[in-house]
Amino acid sequence: MAENLFYFLVFPGLLFAGVVGGLLSWFDRKVTAWVQFRRGPVLMQPFYDFLKLLLVKETIVPARGSVLTFLSAPVLALSGASISAALILLPAFGITSGFRGDIIVIFYLLTIPSISYVTGALASGNPLASVGASREIKLLIGFELTLLLIFATVIMKSGMNISLYEIIAYQQQNGALIGSLSGVLLFIPLIFCIQAKLGMVPFDIAEAETELSGGAFIEYSGPPYAMIKFTKYIMLFVLPALAVVLLLGGLSLTGTSILWSVLKILAVVLLLTLIRNTNPRLKVGQAMRFFFIWMNALVLIAIILTYSGL
Amino acid sequence: MSNKKIIPIGPYHPLQEEPELFKLYCEGEIVKDIKWETGYNHRGIEKLSEQKTFDQVFFLVERICGICSTSHPFAFANAMEEIADIEVPDRAKYIRTIIGELERLHSHLLWVGLAGHFLGYNTVFMWAWKYREPVLDLFEMITGNRNSYAMFKIGGVRRDITDPQIREIKKVMQVVKRKTDLLTGAVMDDPVIHARTKGVGILTKKDIADYAAVGPTARASGVDIDIRRDDPYAAYGLVDWKVITAEAGDVFAKAEVRLLEMYESIKIIEQCLNKMKREKEGDTEIQVREIPEGIGTGRAEAPRGEVFHFVVTDGSNSPVRHKIRAPSYVNIATFKKSCVGQTIADATISLAAVDPCYCCTERMAVAYDFASKERLYSGYELLDISRRKTEKIKTQKSQ
Repeated sequence: MAENLFYFLVFPGLLFAGVVGGLLSWFDRKVTAWVQFRRGPVLMQPFYDFLKLLLVKETIVPARGSVLTFLSAPVLALSGASISAALILLPAFGITSGFRGDIIVIFYLLTIPSISYVTGALASGNPLASVGASREIKLLIGFELTLLLIFATVIMKSGMNISLYEIIAYQQQNGALIGSLSGVLLFIPLIFCIQAKLGMVPFDIAEAETELSGGAFIEYSGPPYAMIKFTKYIMLFVLPALAVVLLLGGLSLTGTSILWSVLKILAVVLLLTLIRNTNPRLKVGQAMRFFFIWMNALVLIAIILTYSGL
Repeated sequence: MSNKKIIPIGPYHPLQEEPELFKLYCEGEIVKDIKWETGYNHRGIEKLSEQKTFDQVFFLVERICGICSTSHPFAFANAMEEIADIEVPDRAKYIRTIIGELERLHSHLLWVGLAGHFLGYNTVFMWAWKYREPVLDLFEMITGNRNSYAMFKIGGVRRDITDPQIREIKKVMQVVKRKTDLLTGAVMDDPVIHARTKGVGILTKKDIADYAAVGPTARASGVDIDIRRDDPYAAYGLVDWKVITAEAGDVFAKAEVRLLEMYESIKIIEQCLNKMKREKEGDTEIQVREIPEGIGTGRAEAPRGEVFHFVVTDGSNSPVRHKIRAPSYVNIATFKKSCVGQTIADATISLAAVDPCYCCTERMAVAYDFASKERLYSGYELLDISRRKTEKIKTQKSQ
């Protein structure tokens, strides 16, 4: 019990994932700054942002909203993110072997932050937030099927294993799944799904600063918003880590392979950052069409290729 | 409108950095109707102008708009020179044109950046604004200010452009041209930008006529109007350039018109620099001792469209009446046409596409009763209302 609590709260759950995610968020912002001829933030900036929100800023609750739902949504989001961090990173680091079917649990846990944002936004009673919430739901409907199909294909490719630990073990024996044509085809939609899950441009539709001035998060301030920020840090680490685990051969904490793992994560985050800096925001209808038609088509081709052994 | 939800743009909104309020009445994400409220920023420029001398008015009208801060003095100078019947020296004409076109360059670059930002494409925002810097540096070199250049006076310009400065301007123009190529390529060839801007916020030729829209907004809908060509002032009649138009009328066409206009601006500046060398250095103004009684109208093509100044003088040293119409005044109204029936995402970029400038536009409204033609509020009554409100706020505070 105490051990499990440690896993969820300290390593590799809440605290560890949040700190690494914060550093990755700095990396993302720094690369963005380089792309845009700016200098960029200092290394600790994501944590300064977080601490200022947590310790200094006051919490303002909308007068006409449902207070309990509004305030519990960030907590739910944070717990969903940290549990999924623990479930992904424990087998990824080889600490425990997880359990059979954990990949399905992870799939559900990863949607909890999005669902919580929607609940919190709707509870705030702000019209801009409600538009943001409806966009978030539409986006979720758009990319969730693609993500599920990707998970299914990865399971097929790794010999019908539904445990993350066994998928990693399979890749360690037979080489990373991206090494095949269908693996490459899977990687592209996976990156876009992660982009959408993280709410980065071109899929920052729910937040859309210049349209909805923050959208789903418009009413949040102070510690609740700090929690949302921390959730985003965790997701920024967990989702690239998931991509590495599913297709790029997994992570490792032993010896020189630490460096290799860090490079893999950084490469995925770099890819996400570059995509977000070279595209304008899509409209929600366009984003749904993008996932429903193009990304699903890519995954279906990958499935057919997997059947024919490519 | 009970089942329609109101989505506000303003009074404080990241889309526009000025105070304004657009209420979008939406069903789902579709905008069904809009209401527009401004008047947050009325400064009484026209009234102020009547209390200042002609020389001071230049500095006043320069501050109507921070971005197109030369177009207002330009139009005012045109109006005053019509009253006084003055022909400014050719060198002054060229300098005026150069300042006007440099301003168009930096204003269009600013818009391209902002449009990118509104679409969530912050890289374009930062790049465009970086490429705008050399133009502002040029202004600093020529006039001493990056904005509000104080270059114009009745009868000419305040500062000459020297030969070393001409060389520097030419050098920078080459740089700006290269960077514009790059930006144009990035915007015109990006499929996602096409997806976001093509067919969005369409204004037809009829809409332009109905709302009397001007400038790039009108030219993007195929309405071929440009004060620089239709009513040539300064050196625009002396150089070779063409008016850019596009047919589609959507946001993409507006971007296209602005980007291509930048090339025309560079062309005009380079020609002016070459022709300027033939004029005598220092011959930048003629002395004007007196402004006679009269009525003058001045027009100038600001980056956003036609600026119109109407001045009445009575032989004294300040205007008796000074009426100003900024291009945004007519252009913002087209938003009602371009946004209804679209989604919120499209509505925001449609609004931004006309490059609205609220502080240029703010006017005080006097209400008339339609039936009896009676004035509902006089200026003193409004002042009285405002004073009573201030009193009320004060007493509330003290309680």
